[in-house]
Amino acid sequence: MSVSMEEFLKRRKSRNKAILAVLVGLCVLFYAITIARLTH
Amino acid sequence: MTDIASAEFDAGTAPLSAAGVGDYWALLKPRVMSLVVFTGFAGLWVAPGHINPVIAAVAILCIAIGAGASGAINMWYDRDIDAVMNRTLGRPIPAGRMQPNEALSFGVMLACGSVILMGLAVNVAAGALLAGTIGFYVFIYTMWLKRRTPQNIVIGGAAGAFPPMVGWAAVTGDIGWPSVALFALIFFWTPPHFWALALFRSGDYQKAGVPMLPVVAGPRETKKQMLVYTVVLWPIAVAPYFMGIAGAAYLAVAAVLSLCFTGFSVAVWFDATDKWPKRMFAFSILYLTLLFALLILDRAPGGLLG
Repeated sequence: MSVSMEEFLKRRKSRNKAILAVLVGLCVLFYAITIARLTH
Repeated sequence: MTDIASAEFDAGTAPLSAAGVGDYWALLKPRVMSLVVFTGFAGLWVAPGHINPVIAAVAILCIAIGAGASGAINMWYDRDIDAVMNRTLGRPIPAGRMQPNEALSFGVMLACGSVILMGLAVNVAAGALLAGTIGFYVFIYTMWLKRRTPQNIVIGGAAGAFPPMVGWAAVTGDIGWPSVALFALIFFWTPPHFWALALFRSGDYQKAGVPMLPVVAGPRETKKQMLVYTVVLWPIAVAPYFMGIAGAAYLAVAAVLSLCFTGFSVAVWFDATDKWPKRMFAFSILYLTLLFALLILDRAPGGLLG
């Protein structure tokens, strides 16, 4: 399947944003786990 | 407009990915994942003992990611048969939007991540059970049974039945008998559920060479076995009451729903068309959802009967 360069760049940008969101989410998650474990 | 097919790296390296975020999401089989999360949460909710809400949320997240990882690896392995079945033709790999290796690496990464996180943040028992669940789905069901035996979904159904045990283990750190009852409930529900689907999708499975029971043994034998499984479900569906994890309201509704499920199976037996298999498939989802919803509600503050 081939897509236009414009569409490819759009998809790559959205993938990068999703990866950023996942990384931020993981930071928050590990912070929350640490707090939860410390207060347990 | 430039075609990126000509913008690939040198031979031997991976081509640029054309997959969007939605394709990665589709790899996780979100509808299956939602049912897994729901039953996993039920196991966690009804388990005796206390769990920190944050750790409980992490456990559910790990169950969801583990289920998604299994789905992604399944789509990687089954890409050849997905390409010939109408139901699965539009999936990211057969549709050409994603390279098979992307799906595999995504699935393996999620599987390892979810198991490690579950083991470290929740407990080792839950992590080990989650690893077993993913391994069972990928190796036992997808790679071994699915294409070899009409009993594929009977034994493979265990993979879908593990999540309540994982949820239970997240709280208690072990495997209790009530969690085994929840496992059995999903295990014995799976065959009539999938065979109802297979009855009106047998053409698809036949085309792909998947030996589903209606394809191999015919509709009559399939309907007979569906009926048997719905009857076997009677004592299992009410077992949570006798094991002390559900109240009388659950018992009454579970008994009625189980009778209805058998009723649907009888209707399928006498129906030569797709009408009743389709209805039974829809009811089977409602059946399991309601039973687990009742289990959760029964354990909510105040319970089902206030």
